[in-house]
Amino acid sequence: MLGSIRHEIRIRRSADDVWQLVGDAARLHEWFPGITSSPVDGTSRLITTDAGLPMPEEILVVDPVQRRFQYRLTSPMITHHRGTIDVIDLGLDVDGATCIVVYSTEADPRAMALVIGGGTAGALDELRRQMETAETEPPADDHRDDDV
Amino acid sequence: MGRKILLVTTDQQRFDTLGCNGGTIARTPVADSLAATGYRYERAHPQSVVCMPSRSTIITGQHPSTHGVWMNGVALPVDAPSVASVLHQVGYRTAIIGKPHFEPFLDPFARFVENGFARSGVFTTTQPSSDGTAGPHRGFEHFESATHTGAGSLHYARWLADVHPEAVGMFYPVLDPELEVNALGGGDTGAPQVHDNPIPRDWYHTDWVADRTIAWLDSLAADDDWFCWMSFPDPHHPWDPPASELGRVDWREVPLPAGYIADVATRENVLDAKARHWRAWYDGRLVSNYEAPLRWVPATLTADQVREVNARNAVECELVDEALGRVLAAVDTRGWGDDVDVVFTTDHGELQGDFGLLFKGPYHVDGLMRLPLIWRPARSSSATPSTVTRPVGLVDLAPTFCAIAGLPVPSWMEGRPLPVDDHDADARGFERVLTEWDSVLFGVDVHLRTITRDGWVCTTYQPGHSHDGTEGELYDLASDPLQQVNRWDDPACAATRSDLLADLWDQQPPMRSPRRRVEAPV
Repeated sequence: MLGSIRHEIRIRRSADDVWQLVGDAARLHEWFPGITSSPVDGTSRLITTDAGLPMPEEILVVDPVQRRFQYRLTSPMITHHRGTIDVIDLGLDVDGATCIVVYSTEADPRAMALVIGGGTAGALDELRRQMETAETEPPADDHRDDDV
Repeated sequence: MGRKILLVTTDQQRFDTLGCNGGTIARTPVADSLAATGYRYERAHPQSVVCMPSRSTIITGQHPSTHGVWMNGVALPVDAPSVASVLHQVGYRTAIIGKPHFEPFLDPFARFVENGFARSGVFTTTQPSSDGTAGPHRGFEHFESATHTGAGSLHYARWLADVHPEAVGMFYPVLDPELEVNALGGGDTGAPQVHDNPIPRDWYHTDWVADRTIAWLDSLAADDDWFCWMSFPDPHHPWDPPASELGRVDWREVPLPAGYIADVATRENVLDAKARHWRAWYDGRLVSNYEAPLRWVPATLTADQVREVNARNAVECELVDEALGRVLAAVDTRGWGDDVDVVFTTDHGELQGDFGLLFKGPYHVDGLMRLPLIWRPARSSSATPSTVTRPVGLVDLAPTFCAIAGLPVPSWMEGRPLPVDDHDADARGFERVLTEWDSVLFGVDVHLRTITRDGWVCTTYQPGHSHDGTEGELYDLASDPLQQVNRWDDPACAATRSDLLADLWDQQPPMRSPRRRVEAPV
């Protein structure tokens, strides 16, 4: 049974700046809490979690024009997985350049979407923290959960 | 030297499983003795009928809307208010041993502190408290964890893997290969989550929790004051107590519970009179929450399966009772017997055959809401035993611990110290208790708000997947103790319903905003 989860976060940095990090597949461990390494070999990426769990992945899309990154977990315990990260330019507002990052997860079995989705939400928080480090205190929370 | 506090919780235990509450299947002489010499509560309700929100209420003294753990899978922040921190800050030694469940267990990215303690070989860390000071994790200087299985990353699982690795796989697999709550049946009747567990009794988590509690108590100085939360994972499913103990209760001789409606047509008529998600679940058309097996249809539950589940549940209750007896004996051996307050309760109940259902979910009836609660004050306090019939809640536990320790109740706690008898309850206005449910699971959202007052239970459903906001349930506990006649739409009860709803919305704390994130299924 398929499960689909979406998280998004607004970041006060330009979409290009955020994409520089998000679009670099080998740097995932720098902003995804709980992942200790993410080496890339061609279209293969092997992430290892803090729990010591290796999770092989196939990179499907790296599109710097749309700023879309797409991948799938290839572990046999997951029938289907698709992770999609979109960095969407929101242009300039009073705080300067802003963008929204949408991290979508679909998985079969569906419970995996919830488990992975919780991790992706934490990753978005960390991404914003890193991107806005030089900024003043961010808003209380503009993070929304949908389709849980 | 002050009064010490032993909080004993079980997981998913019904009110009527204790002998002192009229239970006839399990023998619970230790809990019964506590009740006979202390205060026994007849109408104690949780503020949520699932683990994580309810346990968060116990530690914070707040309703779920306030502490923000609104469903299983939402983590209680490490700097959330904690009664253990309050006690630790005034010198109490503090421990939690057994099932905590303030953070999700399904944690492949190892993001949650409590899942990492055993892996790191530690029993606490230094964390910021809600008041900004640094202290042990949630106020517990010793945090030694267990859950319902022998696998995983908690202390019990690590101990079992190290010392008895052959036993790790003996337990029932709580989740199936797709990480859903397992529907696999076992035992003699094929009942879901029933399993013959060959594990020796003294390797089982119930005895382990007692052993580790005794070991921690033995580490204390004689003049220490202490607060120990001993948290047994049983009798929560899976119903897989050590097979050596199954002979205690012959399931074939177990009576069907009063709430089990044997006639199918009558049962389905009762379900049809409730909010529509009841019948949808029963028929297998809707599993709205993660806590029930996705692939199990309640309508298939047989009377014999109910008997077997209840027999095994009773075995687990007996083992908990005996383990508690060992801990109390150890307390006496240390010379603390006159100075320890013992509070025995659970986080929520279990349907256990009522209405032809098992497990738990958005169903606010006695099977899930009416809890065993006993407070045996320290013998040195010369308390007069009593039975309290007025409504109280788990939200009142944290303030009670403050009162026992002689501390003022912090302003962030929403409960009050438990009444010691009905006169005390009336004098302090214990009129109502609130219970709330919110869940969102793959597009299915369910929202309940319930008030229990004046002998009525009134639940209103907020708009969601299966409800348009007009549905509700209203039960007269005096004339309908099994809650089989829904009087929500009875014109004769309109004024009562209106009064209860007005009081509910006057008392119900608003949901904190923004809502905390769901991190995992459980």
